[in-house]
Amino acid sequence: MTEVSISGKVILGLEGLGKIVSNLRREGYSVIAPVFEAGVMKLAEIESADDLPRGVRDQQEKGTYRAEQIEGERDLFKNNVSCFSYKSFLHDPHLCVFKAKKDENGFTIEKPEREEKRFAFFGIRSCDLTAMSKLDDVLLQGDYVDSAYDDRRKPVMNIAVNCTTSADTCFCASMNSGPRARANFDLALTEIIDDERHVFLCEVGSDEGAKLLCGVPFEDAPDEDDRAADVLIVAAAKMQMRSIDTSGIAELLQRVQTSHRFEEIAERCLACANCTMVCPTCFCTNIFDVTDLTGDNAERVRHWDSCFTLSYSQLHGGSVRQSVSARYRQFITHKLGTWHDQFGGIGCVGCGRCIAWCPTGIDITEEMAVFRQLAAP
Amino acid sequence: MTNKKPKLAVWKFASCDGCQLSLLDCEDELLAVADAVDIAYFPEGSSRMREGPYDLSLVEGSITTEHDRKRILEVRANSRVLITIGACATAGGIQALRNYADVKEFARAVYASPEFIETLDKSSPIKDVVRVDFELRGCPINKSQLLEVISAFLNHRKAAIFSHSVCIECKMRGNPCIMVTRGEFCAGGVTNAGCNALCPTYDRACFGCYGPNETANTTALAHRLTELGASPIDIQRLFHTFNAAAEPFASAGIKYAR
Repeated sequence: MTEVSISGKVILGLEGLGKIVSNLRREGYSVIAPVFEAGVMKLAEIESADDLPRGVRDQQEKGTYRAEQIEGERDLFKNNVSCFSYKSFLHDPHLCVFKAKKDENGFTIEKPEREEKRFAFFGIRSCDLTAMSKLDDVLLQGDYVDSAYDDRRKPVMNIAVNCTTSADTCFCASMNSGPRARANFDLALTEIIDDERHVFLCEVGSDEGAKLLCGVPFEDAPDEDDRAADVLIVAAAKMQMRSIDTSGIAELLQRVQTSHRFEEIAERCLACANCTMVCPTCFCTNIFDVTDLTGDNAERVRHWDSCFTLSYSQLHGGSVRQSVSARYRQFITHKLGTWHDQFGGIGCVGCGRCIAWCPTGIDITEEMAVFRQLAAP
Repeated sequence: MTNKKPKLAVWKFASCDGCQLSLLDCEDELLAVADAVDIAYFPEGSSRMREGPYDLSLVEGSITTEHDRKRILEVRANSRVLITIGACATAGGIQALRNYADVKEFARAVYASPEFIETLDKSSPIKDVVRVDFELRGCPINKSQLLEVISAFLNHRKAAIFSHSVCIECKMRGNPCIMVTRGEFCAGGVTNAGCNALCPTYDRACFGCYGPNETANTTALAHRLTELGASPIDIQRLFHTFNAAAEPFASAGIKYAR
């Protein structure tokens, strides 16, 4: 079998997909993929490609997610982003930062045991891939690298899937983060189904990705398959009903900071923080210390936090953002505006999870359109 | 250190005993608790009851009688730190449903000789009568949170107890939102965390037993639940159950009554 070089494209079948999964597992990877459970596409470890659900159709709208499995449908990937992002695997919701034990000289610090894990994200979409590189910008750049994230992130293998459909909540095309995977993947698959075939156009993104094709039966991809994949991906982008106009967005948000619209949003907002929990780029955490009853053992704990909590902006004397309108303003101003000054680019990848998983259906694309209108001269 | 262990008292007012049971429920940690504090007054745990003053009083239950109203004043006077445990002590409990009804009529319906019943018109949280140093939520409370509060007290530190929504705990456990996937009438978005999203983890909607979280937007939740098909009575019951007297559950429930 010939070696495939980076950016080379081949055609493989279901058997090949199975082989890629078993190759990953043989290398010690936990293969994480979307599985269909209790009516939802969730991310979980799979043992073989047979665990990938077939014919799942999901509908995502403001505050609504419904999915069902269609009997007789063969496709694996004609569905959209899973309910949670891959963030949970790389950026632990709960983390013990260190343990401290009292002794005669004061106390000693112990590094907590943490199971070593190597994740392969099988079926990761372009929006989530982009989100991962944004999290890298936040947690791995500068003087202070988040070592817990780094440990998980370094060995990650990404077997991406180019979207051939879009949910009503998707707007990656306008955020320039999809539906085609452009970077940060080891392999990228596009599912092609016609009367005779059920195949995957597979683009190689790294040397590690090329090695995964070891023992996989494949053929060189003919131009017509490459074109067929293009047509499917372009169609997925065209399907998108939502968008955010990102031109001058940071400046626009600065102009509307005192807008009454934030109070109107706050009337609908529970400040429950679901949007930030499901967001693939929200990274905020809270750090606190706990002890046992004796006080001899202490732990520094870190867990996910959100700019929607009151304690998030707690300073001496109280919380800076008492009103929910101030908290929503912080959320979108950072996500779409000041992110640029801090890390470069925009913090949103257009996955649409904050729209679907907001219990009251607040829609960031709708709100940005309103703000643009309000800011118009 | 051992001979100067802080004295602990556990008090019961109008309640079901479930919260103080949480202390006995600390099976694995009970010996450590007994090691760290001197359990001086805990009628449910021991018939050996010693007099105050106490360093730490855990108070369960609400104030529903004149007798109890006087008794809590004594408890406060005898306690250096007073912590309420559970929805009754913190918000008046399920018995605060009487606050929206005629107590005399209730007494007539329940008791053969209602003239022997001496009760206040309202069930009040402890904080309405005396100063409270910390309130631990839940119906019943979570034993890990109880241990955390006692540990924090013993070690002179802030307790790691949060006032945000149940949703944060729910998402950290990886539960997809059942309000979004199935249109369940879930109160998690306006309810205080602390249970580790117990009900949603077992696939049922949160019914708000920890009471309102910080800045709970009951109006927005009620509006969305109505869109999802909840009737006014569904909404009233969601807000008026275990924390009926706690704002903003109190007014939201009143708004949807009838």
